[in-house]
Amino acid sequence: MIDMSPNLVLVVVIAALFTVGVYLLLERSLSRVLVGVILLGNGANLLFLVAGGAAGRPPILGQAPVAEMSDPLPQAMVLTAIVITLGMTAFLLAMAYRSWQLHGHDEVQDDVEDRRIARLAARDERAFLDTDTEESMASLDEEAAESRDETSGVVPVAPDGGTVP
Amino acid sequence: MSDPVWLVPLPVVVPLLASGLTLALYRRPQAQRAISVVALSIVLAVSATLLVLADAGPLVIDIGGWAAPVGIDLVADRLSALMLTVSSAVTLCVLLYSLAQGEADGDEVAPVSIYHPTYLVLVAGVANAFLSGDLFNLYVGFEILLAASYVLLTLGGTGERIRAGSIYVVVALLSSVLFLVAIALVYASTGTVNLAQLAVRLPQVDPDVRLLLQVMLLLAFGIKAAIFPLSAWLPDSYPTAPAPVTAVFAGLLTKVGVYAIIRTQTLLFPDGRLDDVLMWAALATMVVGILGAVAQDDIKRLLSFTLVSHIGFMIFGIALSSHLGWTAAIYYVVHHITVQTALFLVAGLIERWGGTTSLDRLGGLAKLAPVLAILFFVPAMNLAGVPPLSGFLGKVGLLQAGVAVGTPLALVLVVGSALTSLLTLYALIKAWNKAFWQTPPAELPATHIPLGMVGPTAALVAFGLALTVFAGPLYAYTGRAATALQERTPYIDAVLPDGLRGEGVSADLAEVTP
Repeated sequence: MIDMSPNLVLVVVIAALFTVGVYLLLERSLSRVLVGVILLGNGANLLFLVAGGAAGRPPILGQAPVAEMSDPLPQAMVLTAIVITLGMTAFLLAMAYRSWQLHGHDEVQDDVEDRRIARLAARDERAFLDTDTEESMASLDEEAAESRDETSGVVPVAPDGGTVP
Repeated sequence: MSDPVWLVPLPVVVPLLASGLTLALYRRPQAQRAISVVALSIVLAVSATLLVLADAGPLVIDIGGWAAPVGIDLVADRLSALMLTVSSAVTLCVLLYSLAQGEADGDEVAPVSIYHPTYLVLVAGVANAFLSGDLFNLYVGFEILLAASYVLLTLGGTGERIRAGSIYVVVALLSSVLFLVAIALVYASTGTVNLAQLAVRLPQVDPDVRLLLQVMLLLAFGIKAAIFPLSAWLPDSYPTAPAPVTAVFAGLLTKVGVYAIIRTQTLLFPDGRLDDVLMWAALATMVVGILGAVAQDDIKRLLSFTLVSHIGFMIFGIALSSHLGWTAAIYYVVHHITVQTALFLVAGLIERWGGTTSLDRLGGLAKLAPVLAILFFVPAMNLAGVPPLSGFLGKVGLLQAGVAVGTPLALVLVVGSALTSLLTLYALIKAWNKAFWQTPPAELPATHIPLGMVGPTAALVAFGLALTVFAGPLYAYTGRAATALQERTPYIDAVLPDGLRGEGVSADLAEVTP
């Protein structure tokens, strides 16, 4: 059975990496976000080391008794995760650079459409402009509320057969 | 009879291989196109074959001959095969659409040499996620498709796409880190990441730890599936991408998250302790999503919000934790992939024809472009759930399942989903009135739409109708898939035939030379 009590130093380091990583992730500048992502990724990788149990001898058959070997599986996963984080870091860096090229800064911007809807909501206007709300003539609601009683006979009939309001 | 398991890795291997080929042939656009179409056609054929074969029982392959719990395995059971078939049909249609668009616009407009390899990688990642029988491999599948999606979303690197892309990439990276942490915790508590072995070992884990693992995994998948309150990134980022890219993202990427939730909820955490939380999340997703859609005046953004809203229906079905619920949820996923993709493709056609997707500036399309009107109207009504289309059948299934469960919360969800359907109808009818019936405020450019773009869109619309016509057999199939999910044993037995190891070389059997 592997000794599964975690290494305290690793736990403290993971906690520190996650704290700083989350803090940086909440920043607006992409390069700080990038550093945050890297720190979080490293924290997760260290977590895998803890998950694999205590360190032991190299896991090669014949070189050490099986009971003393360290668990190779988490290490394989960490390697994969490191490669993936590397790729993502490169992409994020390229994107931050492109943002700087275009705008002179690398900040995450607000969505224009969201801004527009929020402004309309603040002014209590409609998102849609309808033809019947735009013009000064009777709105659909007013038209609907008009009397259209055909039995009373007081509604005048227009020459083309329609009722005249 | 030769063993057909060699088919299982093909949906991952073929697109990856083709991706490498298209990258090497970046100077020959014609060759690139041919390779992409052939590769995706092969994937579709293989997936359809798997769909038939998997009905007899899950097909499992241990990659490289390494036995299952340590080696990685790919599993094609009914659910995976069904998702794979629908997704490959959709990706093929979208590819044909984008080819026609590229041809019409001239290849200088978009960097097509990057487009094909990236698109194929995306398909491979989606297939890998659907087939994976291993939590870490699922993570790798997610990363493959996400990395491809980052590139596709920021294609061309315009200011608007970089803005949308930075939000999308950061949120996706966060969910990846969450997933990674969840995997580390799963490994620490069980010593395995193989899904079948996890299903065996997790019940022995302390219930509180198990709850933590479930929450972590749900958080990671919830961001990908865009469940409220983790959905805010989606309507911001999707509409800015090129139409075919948005279409395939909307159809597939969120559904991969939904698939992962179905898989982990049914196989790993069958006790359903978070079902109530999921129910509330489903309700919030439906209502908040559709209210967002009502406020929009841009077709693409409106559709993005309906996408978020309808994820709620699937989560509702999953959270019911009943056979009926899962049957309906799986059917709904299939329906929604098809319909949502079709609608985004039509939005692309409208944008091309009218030069805009803003409902304030469009108008009179019903008269000016009647083909567009039909192509929009059918999937729009399908999405809203107007009888007798497949959206209606899926929703009725969900409502029946909700009533059958009968808890007060389930009944609240039943009312909520009926309300959401009506609001969907309202939002789509409003879009219809503005874009197709109102007098156009200004002359529209009326750009010619090539037949090659209409064809794939019409094919997807027809596929959506076929889901209605063949709803009986399909519903029976999703029912059998749900049965397998409920029993759990077919999956576990297929991966670990003797209860401990898969087929292939394992450390116990290997000769140890001192």
